[in-house]
Amino acid sequence: MNPLPRLPRLSRVIGLLAAVTLVAPVAACGSDSDDSPSSDASSSGASSDGTTITVLAAASLTESFGELAKTFEGAHPGVTVKLAFDSSATLAQQAVEGAPADVLATADTRTMDDAKSAVTDAPEIFATNQLVMVTPADNPAGITSFDDIENGDVTYVACVETAPCGDIWATLAKKDDVTSQPASLEVDVKSVLAKVTSDEADAGFVYSTDAVAAGDDVKEFPVPGSDDEITSYPIAVLQQSDHSDLAREFVDLVTSKQGRSVLEKAGFGAP
Amino acid sequence: MSGTRPSAPGAGRAPLVLVLPGAIAAVLLVLPLITLVATTPWRDLPDQLGSTVVHQALWLSLETSLLTVALCAVLGTPLAWLLARVEFPGRSLLRAAVAVPLVLPPVVAGVALLSALGRSGVLGRPLLDGFGLTLPYTTPAVVIAHTFVAMPFFVLSVEGALRTAGERFDVVAATLGATRWTTFRRVTLPLALPGLVAGGVLAWARSLGEFGATITFAGNYPGTTQTMPSLIYTELQADRGAAQSLSMILLAVSILVLAALRQRWLRPL
Repeated sequence: MNPLPRLPRLSRVIGLLAAVTLVAPVAACGSDSDDSPSSDASSSGASSDGTTITVLAAASLTESFGELAKTFEGAHPGVTVKLAFDSSATLAQQAVEGAPADVLATADTRTMDDAKSAVTDAPEIFATNQLVMVTPADNPAGITSFDDIENGDVTYVACVETAPCGDIWATLAKKDDVTSQPASLEVDVKSVLAKVTSDEADAGFVYSTDAVAAGDDVKEFPVPGSDDEITSYPIAVLQQSDHSDLAREFVDLVTSKQGRSVLEKAGFGAP
Repeated sequence: MSGTRPSAPGAGRAPLVLVLPGAIAAVLLVLPLITLVATTPWRDLPDQLGSTVVHQALWLSLETSLLTVALCAVLGTPLAWLLARVEFPGRSLLRAAVAVPLVLPPVVAGVALLSALGRSGVLGRPLLDGFGLTLPYTTPAVVIAHTFVAMPFFVLSVEGALRTAGERFDVVAATLGATRWTTFRRVTLPLALPGLVAGGVLAWARSLGEFGATITFAGNYPGTTQTMPSLIYTELQADRGAAQSLSMILLAVSILVLAALRQRWLRPL
């Protein structure tokens, strides 16, 4: 039953197995959690002798901060603004661990509190966001209002409670006495939006900025009580900044009238 | 990694040019695991072991990974046999295709499954219109996602075993009057058993750790689709310490099962 030639092969497979068992879960987590800030430089022609400031920003700020970075570079010739977008929790952790960056902007005050030891002065609130309900553009479940999620045939998704968007969802669901259960609890708001835009869910709960970014791909509906559960976006200069004066100026731009109009266009509310 | 002890008399000392990179490789593989264990806040563990969410995730992980192995055995063994024993057009192409999920990023595997079996997928749409069936957000979707990523490990392992065993015994059985099905059951399969076991263990391990395809295709909901790796990733958003101690539970379970298997199946190694 045990012909000799097969044994070496089997042991080799077992060796491979050991590697797979130990590494696979970890590797899988790493593959899309983006542990390091992907340096999505919105660099408009980085000048070689100029200075660079790095801004760590919540993923929902992608469009608006991209535009503000260009404005900033236009006003400061020779300065390049490097933007790194990720989940607020990840960015706060990186800031505390001394990531070489100048400015931190998160999607809620809780994550900014986590980074307290890394910021120079009191963070400023520069924008707010609130939860809305979106459906695919063709609205397959024929949803007309928030109450329709109680209809058993409606498949909807929300964020998991450990993510800021899920925290708000859980609070609102309790307030509005929602009894139906989501089909899935996604780890971040972009995954919720993706489920809706790809037509895998009849409805999803995302930020109003996500609904604006998705444009014609989604239909937006208000969520009762969401005005009382707004999330605030704080911004601060980091202690490890080598260009704190420039970093300060970037923060000033974000909180300026011009900054506010860019943010409003992206769907953010005023602080 | 056998240190500097020569492997055979007269072979001489192991050359530094091999020992040094080998040692670095060993450190790279082992050190993060040691630090993971060392920095885990163990005091969270009793609470976690008592929580319903963890129970559900652990149970679902065990259930789906075992179902995955069963599905791999039932469907993968015939496929491996076809690849190893039957000449047909496009065989080498099929073998290459079977190996693709090995290199596919799991998240992409999830997107691929959605494009085929999602509500508006190529197969999923007729399934919904014809039978009112939807796969995403269900436990079967988890098993399908796991099978998709784990099957290649199983098929390649069994096919290798079938090739190594060779066709001699099959031919002998045939000359003694056995049909091809009898030969498969009574001769081919028993000879390939070590390959089946190894492939099963590999597929099980891959399934237990599977995360990207599951969360993309099946979703993430406690009790129906949230497996241990999904729960760990979810916890990672809020509390890294809690995520680490959950990883320890998964690690412990997999080591226990492997140790049990070694007792039962792999002792001769």
